Amino acid sequence: MRGRPLLYRSYEQDGGLLNTAAKRWWSAALLAVLVWVPFQASPDLVLLLATAAIAAIGAIGLNIVTGYAGQVSLGHAFFLGVGAYTAAVLNGDPAARSGVVGYGLDMWIWLPAAGLVAAAAGLLVAPIAFRLRGLYLAIVTLGLVFIGDHIFREAESLTGGVGVGRKAAAPELFGFSFAEPGTILGVPLARDQGLYFMGLIALVIMALFARNVARSGVGRAFAAVRDRDIAAEVMGVSLRRYKIYAFVISSFYAGIAGSLLYTISRFLEPGTFGLLLSVQYIAMVLIGGPATISGSIMGAAFVTLLPRLIEEVPSFVPIISGEAAGGFLTTQQLEQFLYGLLIVLFLIFEPRGMYGIWARARNYWKAWPFSY
Amino acid sequence: MAVVSPSATSRQPLTEFLGGRTRAGDERSLLEVSDIVLRFEGVTAIDTVSFEVGPSELFAIIGPNGAGKTSIFNCLSGVYRPESGAITFAGESLIGRRPHAIAKLGIARTFQNIELFANLTVLDNLMLGRHQHIGYGPAAAMFYAGKARREESRHREVVERIIDFLDIENVRKAPVSMLPFGIQKRVELGRALAMAPRLLLLDEPVAGMNLEEREDMARFILDIKEELEIAIVLVEHDMGLVMDIADRVLAMDFGRQIAIGAPESIQQDREVIRAYLGEQHESRGGES
Ligand SMILES: Nc1ncnc2c1ncn2[C@@H]1O[C@H](COP(=O)(O)OP(=O)(O)OP(=O)(O)O)[C@@H](O)[C@H]1O
Ligand SMILES: [Mg+2]
Repeated sequence: MRGRPLLYRSYEQDGGLLNTAAKRWWSAALLAVLVWVPFQASPDLVLLLATAAIAAIGAIGLNIVTGYAGQVSLGHAFFLGVGAYTAAVLNGDPAARSGVVGYGLDMWIWLPAAGLVAAAAGLLVAPIAFRLRGLYLAIVTLGLVFIGDHIFREAESLTGGVGVGRKAAAPELFGFSFAEPGTILGVPLARDQGLYFMGLIALVIMALFARNVARSGVGRAFAAVRDRDIAAEVMGVSLRRYKIYAFVISSFYAGIAGSLLYTISRFLEPGTFGLLLSVQYIAMVLIGGPATISGSIMGAAFVTLLPRLIEEVPSFVPIISGEAAGGFLTTQQLEQFLYGLLIVLFLIFEPRGMYGIWARARNYWKAWPFSY
Repeated sequence: MAVVSPSATSRQPLTEFLGGRTRAGDERSLLEVSDIVLRFEGVTAIDTVSFEVGPSELFAIIGPNGAGKTSIFNCLSGVYRPESGAITFAGESLIGRRPHAIAKLGIARTFQNIELFANLTVLDNLMLGRHQHIGYGPAAAMFYAGKARREESRHREVVERIIDFLDIENVRKAPVSMLPFGIQKRVELGRALAMAPRLLLLDEPVAGMNLEEREDMARFILDIKEELEIAIVLVEHDMGLVMDIADRVLAMDFGRQIAIGAPESIQQDREVIRAYLGEQHESRGGES
């Protein structure tokens, strides 16, 4: 095939994920950088990147239902919470005196279980969701967040209750803990590096799964339901079935993300899973790029790293204050304002999100120097 | 970008994948519509219409704008539910079935105003036509191995045959929204064909096309009927085309069935002439 990189000898090759030499090279280079980074950056930045990687799993999940299948869901925080608490309960110390339930199970049980329990919750809600679309669906899923928030606050034996909380699941897989200093393949890893690699591995696997779904008949059916639902049904796509699939897969991703996310902060507070969290995930999808996996990852990285960037602002903009009270704007207010502003700007100027900006830059350089 | 068929020597003809007759039973008529009525507030879109379509027959429905032609298609494909009357297809009643279930029975259609999935490529649109023949679910899709991979290749093979047949190889990977109107119409026909239907409903397949495009489309329609032996119901304002290719014609006006029969007899029918002359006088005319 030398010298004819774009000649495919089978349909399988043509549809492959890394079907050009350029894609293979870039992926290898990206992977090398991602492995190299945690040994260079400061521990708190590495932890933030670990958070971003796990958040990206959640963003991919929301993108499946909202970006690919076109069903706006504001309920993502609820499924993140279900995953987080499933993991915490299954992993929790059975002998703890704090009064919360725990079964002391290993990560190989609690991780898939978190995904499956969240998916089951999605399956329960889906029959209501598939009858609705657009604004109505958004409102129903908004209600879900409020109901979930209430349950998390009240179910004290599971969540510890408001102001008390409980320990999150500890990421221990067959005796190896990602959250404690250790060695992998002879390389010593600090806590932040261990968590980073846990997040990275989980993200790569979940992103591949999502990419596969997207390029399969299931992903095509999602796009058909999103773009023209009547034509989709006439083509033989059952709207009900595919809306439910999208909802369940999305909840599964949220469950996995929720279970891993709090292994970093080690602590779960029931008030976490409110509307604001859902909005952050919507921001990741819209800013990153709807209906793209790489966009979800870019969006998650951006939204996760934004607060860190904003913390630096008070040092050179005097009217913005780092303190809770005082100054014209607090950094937290600035953060929320920026989410809102960015969502609006992206929706108006680049609906394909950061992915769209990247795609345009790529095409520009592809055509270089004949770019105009 | 070139795609070479993996087995260029053992190319099966399109009929192997899509033959309509081979799967048909020996029923005398494939589709039977009897006395259907469909009303919207104030309008009776279909007023007691009955007809039959035989296996591999090319049956045309004509009539002035608003006569109820598209409404009949919508009843056949389950988008609307007629208020009374019966529709049976290959012995099964269609009334009350969801569109996707009707698609599964073997009815495919194109739309008067192109209803392609605009964000997707030509390939993906045609692959969506294969949807009901896909046997793997989301769990298998996640791994994209074994069964899912084999099935995707097999469906791609069928879709490539259709791309060949319709002569749209060079736009395979283009998003459909970028394509000229005439090509979009062709892609929509391809998507319906990919469903491997026993009955194909074509709603104004040549509307808005120039003469050359019309002739190509007429050729495709005849090939589908004669080589693939798929029964067709054709709604069309182009009388020349209808009279040339249809086996039988149903003429409608204001939801009513005014004549049914061979093209020659329809052309002579006084009510039909009046409906169309009236149309000219009141300038309700569509495309000539
Ligand atoms: N969804 C709807 N709601 C209300 N009225 C409708 C609807 N669909 C069709 N109609 C009415 O039913 C009648 C028949 O419409 P239909 O689209 O079937 O006509 P047609 O024969 O396909 O016309 P054309 O040649 O213009 O496509 C028209 O009077 C139309 O206004
Ligand atoms: Mg019509």
